[in-house]
Amino acid sequence: MNEVLEITNLKVKYGGIEAVRGISFDVKQGEIVTLIGANGAGKSSTLRTISGLVKPQSGSIVFEGEDITGKNPTQIVSKGLMMVPEGRHIFPNLTVLENLKIGAYLRKDDLDEDIEMVYSYFPRLKERSWQAGGTLSGGEQQMLAVGRALMGRPKLLMMDEPSLGLAPIVVQGIFEIIQQIHEVGTTVLLIEQNANMALHVADRAYVIENGKISMQGTGKELLENEKVRDAYLGARG
Amino acid sequence: MKKSKNYIPALTGITALLLFVVLLENISSIIPGLPSVFDPTSPLFTVLKKAAVYSLVAVSMNLLNGFTGLFSLGQAGFMLLGAYTYAILTVPAAQKDQVYYLFGGCAFDFSIVDMFEGIFGSGGAGGAFSMILGVLIALILAGCVAGFFAFLIGFPVLRLKSDYLAIATLGFAEILRAIFQWQKLGPITNGANMIKGFPTFSSFNITDASGNVIVRLSTFVPFLITSLCILLIVLLIHSSYGRAFMAIRDDEVAAEAMGVALFRHKTLSFVISSFFAGVGGALFAMYVANAQAKAFTSTMTYEILLIVVIGGIGSVSGSVLATFLYVACSEWWLRFLDSELYFGNFKVPLLRNGFRMVVFSVVIMIIVLFFSQGIMGNREISFKAFRKGKNKQ
Repeated sequence: MNEVLEITNLKVKYGGIEAVRGISFDVKQGEIVTLIGANGAGKSSTLRTISGLVKPQSGSIVFEGEDITGKNPTQIVSKGLMMVPEGRHIFPNLTVLENLKIGAYLRKDDLDEDIEMVYSYFPRLKERSWQAGGTLSGGEQQMLAVGRALMGRPKLLMMDEPSLGLAPIVVQGIFEIIQQIHEVGTTVLLIEQNANMALHVADRAYVIENGKISMQGTGKELLENEKVRDAYLGARG
Repeated sequence: MKKSKNYIPALTGITALLLFVVLLENISSIIPGLPSVFDPTSPLFTVLKKAAVYSLVAVSMNLLNGFTGLFSLGQAGFMLLGAYTYAILTVPAAQKDQVYYLFGGCAFDFSIVDMFEGIFGSGGAGGAFSMILGVLIALILAGCVAGFFAFLIGFPVLRLKSDYLAIATLGFAEILRAIFQWQKLGPITNGANMIKGFPTFSSFNITDASGNVIVRLSTFVPFLITSLCILLIVLLIHSSYGRAFMAIRDDEVAAEAMGVALFRHKTLSFVISSFFAGVGGALFAMYVANAQAKAFTSTMTYEILLIVVIGGIGSVSGSVLATFLYVACSEWWLRFLDSELYFGNFKVPLLRNGFRMVVFSVVIMIIVLFFSQGIMGNREISFKAFRKGKNKQ
């Protein structure tokens, strides 16, 4: 399998604080890869840097063999890297349909097919297509955020904490959708604090601690790892 | 296909409105003996003309403040640029010495209208055609100059957010006003004096050989230009660009993450809004029949901001509706508050010069405190809404 995304020795600084201190990892075609870690470990900073919202201090980001380090978000999105931002960030005053269309902003072709596809994943969104995004419930907003990113026909879909602030049953639903999306061939980079859920769906996983990768392995391996169980899965025996 | 169908009722509506305006301003000559409201000199037509001009500026401000979420207060500055560009380009060469007499004539000896008269002749239909074409091109150039300046100051200014942007644009407008009154620029801007003698709305009235008006078009013209411009703005808002503007307003980070180039779209919105403010400024000059920097104060910007707020931030039809209400109240309906009123020997208390503004301020405070959404919120008046309303009944 060939690498879709390859990160080498990535360093990110905010002001004087080094949030990411030399991370290297890769994502291969058709995988679900997850980065897990505690608050402030540098997961989100990594993702924001890959999508171009933050400029890295050093290191390289290679997407499909092309160096995209330091490119602006528009260029990166146009290459097929879409992000579902942390905390959903849907457009509250635009309708559900308009939100979806913004996801495909850089595409010039016909969108009808993709809109139908998103509606087939999330029938709830179809029912509410004329409702303003801000009037949706948290779970529906997350569906919208995922659907919006799918509208860009991503080669790599990056999700920042899709389970944030959602009820367990809703989280379950979101993860089922992630697996469905994955099954049709989309590569997914998932960032989660909900390590249990994330490791269950992931092909491979990396654990980030204090801006560095401390462990890596398949989802299954890490689920059975003592340290991971203690630190991220809770003492469940 | 689907889209063009949706615009048919809107276009029909606009055409009907324009025809109605023509009828309204000529009705007193068709049917004699109507109440004096329908006289060509009645405040009704002053209000209609001014409101038509202001509604274009209000909608252009709404495009920026309401749809793109950029809080700019430079509208009067861009109007000033438009007004001066229009005036300087259309004052006939023959009148320039008279207008610029303090500065010994104008440094800029060119008039678009004269140029076309040179081609099509200055009398009769040729003259009329030259004037229409000249005015039209001058209006577009007025917009372009305002848009160009917006593009220039956009580079530093659009990196600012909310209140800082407002202060910077307000400052820009004030600086422009000072520069245009500068004596050294007199040969071009006529210093602090007004430029006049250019074609105004009443130049469009059709007259017979002896100068008597046959068909009045002086209210129709601002309505026509404003409707065209607002139509363009509405088309823009409904395009994917408009959607991107609203996405930026709603959530900059998310918009950026979806690939919307923030700075480019902000600049685009700023330039387009300023273009139409410039056209609005030129129309304002036509309305008052002079161009004078003194008129384009920050008070004018506030007035327009107020209209946008009353109409509803993010609603084009709200802005238009609010403009007509606002202008009608300030220029006509509340005028009586300014003059003393007696019932027999009883003098109605409080009514005196300036009281209108007191009442006005109170009304504005009430609106802002209790109806902060404005008349329309961010909804629009549409034929669809009417149909829905009917179905409900």
